[in-house]
Amino acid sequence: MSEATVSTRPISQDRIRLRNRRNAADFRLRAYGIAAIGTAIGLLAILLFTLVIGGYSAFVQTHIRVDFPIAAENVDPANPAEGNWRAVVSDAMATLLPGSQSPAETRQIAQILTSNTQFFVRNAVLANPDVIGGTLTLDVPAADIFDQLNKGNISRDTPEANRRVSDQQIGWFDTLVEQGRISTPFNWGLFFNADSRFPEIAGLAGAITGSFYALLVCFVISFPVGIAAAIYLEEFAPKNRWTDIIEVNINNLAAVPSIVFGLLGLAVFLQIFGLPRSAPLVGGLVLALMTLPTIIIVTRNALKAVPPSIREAGYGMGASPQQVIWHHVLPLSLPGILTGTIIGLAQALGETAPLLLIGMNAFITSPPGGVMEASTALPTQIYIWADSPERGFVSRTSAGILVLLGFLLLMNAIAIFLRQRLERRW
Amino acid sequence: MDMVAGKVKMTQQSVNTAMDPSDMLERPIRLTARDVTVHYGAKQALHGISIDIPDRAVTSFIGPSGCGKSTFLRCINRMNDTIEGAKVGGTIKLDGEDVYDPNLDVVELRARIGMVFQKPNPFPKSIYENVAYGPRIHGLARGKTDLDEIVVSSLRKAGLFEEVKDRLNEPGTGLSGGQQQRLCIARAIAVGPEVILMDEPCSALDPIATAIIEELIDELRENYTIVIVTHSMQQAARVSQRTAFFHLGNLIEEGVTEDIFTNPVNKQTQDYIMGRIG
Repeated sequence: MSEATVSTRPISQDRIRLRNRRNAADFRLRAYGIAAIGTAIGLLAILLFTLVIGGYSAFVQTHIRVDFPIAAENVDPANPAEGNWRAVVSDAMATLLPGSQSPAETRQIAQILTSNTQFFVRNAVLANPDVIGGTLTLDVPAADIFDQLNKGNISRDTPEANRRVSDQQIGWFDTLVEQGRISTPFNWGLFFNADSRFPEIAGLAGAITGSFYALLVCFVISFPVGIAAAIYLEEFAPKNRWTDIIEVNINNLAAVPSIVFGLLGLAVFLQIFGLPRSAPLVGGLVLALMTLPTIIIVTRNALKAVPPSIREAGYGMGASPQQVIWHHVLPLSLPGILTGTIIGLAQALGETAPLLLIGMNAFITSPPGGVMEASTALPTQIYIWADSPERGFVSRTSAGILVLLGFLLLMNAIAIFLRQRLERRW
Repeated sequence: MDMVAGKVKMTQQSVNTAMDPSDMLERPIRLTARDVTVHYGAKQALHGISIDIPDRAVTSFIGPSGCGKSTFLRCINRMNDTIEGAKVGGTIKLDGEDVYDPNLDVVELRARIGMVFQKPNPFPKSIYENVAYGPRIHGLARGKTDLDEIVVSSLRKAGLFEEVKDRLNEPGTGLSGGQQQRLCIARAIAVGPEVILMDEPCSALDPIATAIIEELIDELRENYTIVIVTHSMQQAARVSQRTAFFHLGNLIEEGVTEDIFTNPVNKQTQDYIMGRIG
């Protein structure tokens, strides 16, 4: 009996070696997986790290507190809009930094502030004309080179010849620091200003509005069309060669390079339909073409995932196909459809190439007032800034990418929230 | 198998005396099928089925898997319409009215012929909504109180009301399997059908839930014409008054249940009941 047991279950060296080899293989497979995930996380961390390092300084902005004497000789109380605002600014700055001043120096001193200072002052005075004859105190963004100097992006140790700021300019700035006029608050301008030639007052407002309008157009078109197409293909279409061809083509469209859609938009929407260049409407149309296959595919999968027993129950109760779809199939597949749609829209939000072709990379200094007005979008704005030579745009490019990533994260979070919320009901 | 054979032997002696099939024969015929054929594409699933189904009685279809009993059941309320490539021939008449008449409204037909499926399939809505759904889409209730009444009486008839009366707003999918199946029966009853088709209603249930459903079927026969497809010969013997035996797409034999089980005319029926095929 015991001999028989030994002979049927031998614990030989061979078996032990076999088992060890199997365990080692299991261990290696798991180690490869962990290594792969570690690599992915590491690369992502590098991306985020460089973006934050490069972009964090754009989230604050150096401001200089200046008292502007609004003298009657420069500003006519009867017609303040026509005042000599340039003189107001240079007078104010000359008062702050007294000393021997040639006309050239006076001009340079005025340029410590952003070039648009005269318009800020004018607008503030127009909003409050009582201040004429008195003094107006404003926090004005410093010009880019002083902003970078303050943030340490321009090093004082660099020889003067290789530096964008002269020793004299540094001296003026230090005087202002001593006077306690320099502050570095959160840069709301990054979100509320439109684009500008001057990095210190350039912001993403135009791009965010443009992206919003484009996504709105994209959603309004691709969501209903995509769902209707998916419902027809999944629920009504006969299964024959034609529907097979349609299905294959939809799947192929989802993989077409986005720049092709841009070319199509340029040829069809701009040249044949004559829609305006750079308009979010056209951008949205092009993005809708791109998002449509994605929405159709996710909707079809969501519809397919509804158990046939639910359809049978509906038909068995005498519901018509339309009632079965509206009452049972669509509500059950809605979480999947919404998640897929939001992820499709998030993809569209980050799409750059087609927008470049329809001119949404124009230089536009005010947010669009509607879908027909010229505008940029977030990714194209990043593209424009990345192309600009000023030091301030380097950090703004990174900051713009961080903002774009923030919006993408937000949209994906909404998708997850909606899915859990809608599925938790039952 | 010995038990079945023993049962057959035992009851055989009493067949002619104990049974009075005349009661069944006198019942008016509700459903008439003549030469019903079904093709799925090139494959023929039913070869000319002709059967009369009496009013207010339980008729069971038995037979091995793939014999066409479910296919035939689904012809009666035209559920095969939803299957692509299915072609139905012959005639099925409900009260003399052709079910496949192109002028007939399928929606109304399915309100008259309710169906209960193999796997309990309540809608992922509340218990109340499950039962109220049919009356709503068919416009049977005049107001909220009317609808409440239909829901409560349907649940009562399905023997479920006492168990769920405190949680009508909870999801129907949260009930046990047997309760879900009774909910599906209540849902079918709610639209006031004349015929209820049941496609193996107990195959996914445990024996206790099965016993409850069988009892319910027996009660429902007072008011409804019931056709039930079942895999279990014991179930057919327990709940049905008439039995039809299907094999390979043919209706082999049909008659009073006790006759079929104790004195089958056809050799194939005999073999199936003795457990030799199937």
